[in-house]
Amino acid sequence: MKRLSKYRRHRAVAPLLLIVALLGIGTTFSVASATPNNSALALARSAAIEEGKQLFLKGCSSCHGLNAEGGGIAPSLIGVGAASVDFQVGTGRMPMADMSTQAMRKKPVYTPEQVAALAVYVASLAPGPEIPGDELLNYERDGSVAEGGELFRNNCAMCHNFAAQGGALTQGKYAPTLMGVEPVHIYEAMITGPQSMPVFSDKIITPEEKLSIIKWIKSAEAEPALGGASLGRVGPVTEGLLVWTLGIGILIGVAVWLAMKAR
Amino acid sequence: MAHEIEAIQDPGIPAHVHRKADSDPKEAAKAERQVAILFSLSAVGTILFIVSYIAIPQDVFVFVPIMGDTNAHQLFLGLGLALSLFFIGMGAIHWAKTLMPDNEVTVQRHEFKSSDEDRKEFVKTAKDGAAAAGLGRRSLIKRSLGLSLGLVGLSPLLLLRDLGPLPGDSLLKTSWKAGTRLVTDPGDRPIKPEDLEVGAVAQVLPAMLPGQDHRSLSDIGKDAVLLIRLRPEDFNLDAERLSWTHEGIIAFSKICSHMGCAVALYEQQTKHLLCPCHQSTFDVTRAAKVLFGPAARPLPQLALTLDADGYLVAKQPFSEPVGPSFWERSS
Repeated sequence: MKRLSKYRRHRAVAPLLLIVALLGIGTTFSVASATPNNSALALARSAAIEEGKQLFLKGCSSCHGLNAEGGGIAPSLIGVGAASVDFQVGTGRMPMADMSTQAMRKKPVYTPEQVAALAVYVASLAPGPEIPGDELLNYERDGSVAEGGELFRNNCAMCHNFAAQGGALTQGKYAPTLMGVEPVHIYEAMITGPQSMPVFSDKIITPEEKLSIIKWIKSAEAEPALGGASLGRVGPVTEGLLVWTLGIGILIGVAVWLAMKAR
Repeated sequence: MAHEIEAIQDPGIPAHVHRKADSDPKEAAKAERQVAILFSLSAVGTILFIVSYIAIPQDVFVFVPIMGDTNAHQLFLGLGLALSLFFIGMGAIHWAKTLMPDNEVTVQRHEFKSSDEDRKEFVKTAKDGAAAAGLGRRSLIKRSLGLSLGLVGLSPLLLLRDLGPLPGDSLLKTSWKAGTRLVTDPGDRPIKPEDLEVGAVAQVLPAMLPGQDHRSLSDIGKDAVLLIRLRPEDFNLDAERLSWTHEGIIAFSKICSHMGCAVALYEQQTKHLLCPCHQSTFDVTRAAKVLFGPAARPLPQLALTLDADGYLVAKQPFSEPVGPSFWERSS
């Protein structure tokens, strides 16, 4: 250090330092603003589309048609968008286990990478709703529980129950419980309207409001059951059933013992 | 006659069965021990109550089978108190049943009536009291007392006013007028047709008037509307009702024509609207025709059009009263 510092007043120091600083800034900028090679990206994308197409032909085309045009038992997938595929396949609803009234949530058949490839393939057929990115889905930061609760009661509670526990529709159809559903899947359901559910457009319920709804659902999920068993959180029906069977059963037992003569 | 029906003999009171503890000192000692055990269990419960109040933090949760994660503080407080109270009662009953005197007493039923002397005496006392108070003489007191008692009796009649006032024509009207904008609920944002995709719904209310800063609940209860967009070719409407839609967007009152619940369960695939209260089912494609359930009329449809700025507005007020039937309703 001492040896270096004796050159600090050398006349070459200032130009040298300037050159070093300029080089440093230039390199940093070029690294930071580097755009990946566009043709490589397109290549990776078309490879994903191709992989998705192969998966589609094997797993989906028997119902949805070789070109996703739909058939007698399954709808066309042209224009449904990546969000729809990510929701339906990512929650295990598709492929359906059987042709019953409603596709139900189950363990996904495909890996996340395969789901992504299928989504890219279906999205390449025609534009549709896209999968919301992690930056958009920052509901902890951008959502409000109070606003979400109001929106939920107005728009979701009639089918999904006021505590998001799910409820019955007609002829065996039902609105599923929202407990334990991934935020991205809740968001995708709102923008795509899967099965019986209607679409909630971004102008009607803005993306921020959708995040508030998700934040409310997550806070409802984390609500501790202070009284012990929450009994489905559906209110007086299950609570009444428990009181009338277990509670009054115990009281009857006690009354019988009270009136029994000792031997 | 050989086979006379014999009257059933009065069986009398069954013989008294003595308990084992009455005759066997060993049994008595056993019963005593049992009672002592029950009382001791109660004491254990109280100690559990005290210990859990002091020792268990309020935010600790324990897993209990069937019940799931449960707050330990509350659980053990409740268990402790329940045990202490229950076993005091159980011990006392067991004591009474096994060890306390076991005499049977028979009491014959009698008429519940005072003797004639007592009854005469009571009437005389009442009359003497009234005479002593001077009710007959002091007419000022008698009249003012009559006035105050009469007024007290009148006051409940005043409360009958709460049955009114009559609703007038408020049940016939809603806030929707020709040109009222449809706004989102909540959010109060006006809506353009392109804001709704096919298959989309929106809960809407009429835009507030200038200077209005909130809506009354009774207004929301009549004004709430559900906006639905489907493909125009899905409609099966007559010409007038079709002219009330806009590019596949149709609007119905959300207030059920049966009992006034909010009809907002929309099944996108079947295009049915369901009422959550009594399962009335309405067909959106046929102007909310009733398919099932107790509703007697379709939901009133709100006629839509666009204003100069391209926002959805009501073309005219509702053509019929919304909500359930009422006495003066014309249809």
